[in-house]
Amino acid sequence: MITWLVFALMLMGAFFVMTAAIGILRMPDLFLRMSASAKAGSMGVGLILLGVAAFFNEFAITTRALAVIFFIILTAPVASHMIARAAYFDGAPLWNSTLFDELKTRYHLSTHELDSLEVAAADQLPAEAEVAQEGDDFQQEG
Amino acid sequence: MSDLLWLIILSMLSLALIAAFIRLIRGPRIPDRVVALDLLSVVVMAFICVYAVRFNQPNFLDVAIIMALITFLGTVAFAYYLERRI
Repeated sequence: MITWLVFALMLMGAFFVMTAAIGILRMPDLFLRMSASAKAGSMGVGLILLGVAAFFNEFAITTRALAVIFFIILTAPVASHMIARAAYFDGAPLWNSTLFDELKTRYHLSTHELDSLEVAAADQLPAEAEVAQEGDDFQQEG
Repeated sequence: MSDLLWLIILSMLSLALIAAFIRLIRGPRIPDRVVALDLLSVVVMAFICVYAVRFNQPNFLDVAIIMALITFLGTVAFAYYLERRI
């Protein structure tokens, strides 16, 4: 009986992880890719860890599995937010069907702080972020 | 029956590993690659947990814990230096 529960949890977890990977391969821009990978990825690995806890059915291992789930739920949003913020300042190109980008005029370029009012034009991020060609990441240093 | 189910689970995870790796190679900018690396480690964690159940080795779970820790630190460090670069 418990074996089928373990199989169900593991199948669902593997399916979610596969969905995250397909999303990261197929989505058109960085932020959409992150929305696929962060949510579906942590859901999938959480389900698989629940399967591990159900399979071994032992206090020490259940504690460890729940600790990993808690840690993933705690850290996945933090890591995603930090990398998305860095990519936004780096000028990551948006999908060409994006309707509007309200964040563009609200960041101070000098201090990297967010403002609730529109920032003076001299301090805004550059209006037309230079779109990188494929594979020239390392030439824009300095 | 259970062999077939293990095969399905492991091939789903392998597909995920390949897809994330393609994005890691192709990703046009550095943030894309960092996100792909993050997902790659999530897939590896899932693999480790499935193997722990398949071969009845609860000690593998410690590897998953360390993996989660290292990945978080790595992503935060990448984000920090990407933002400092500008």
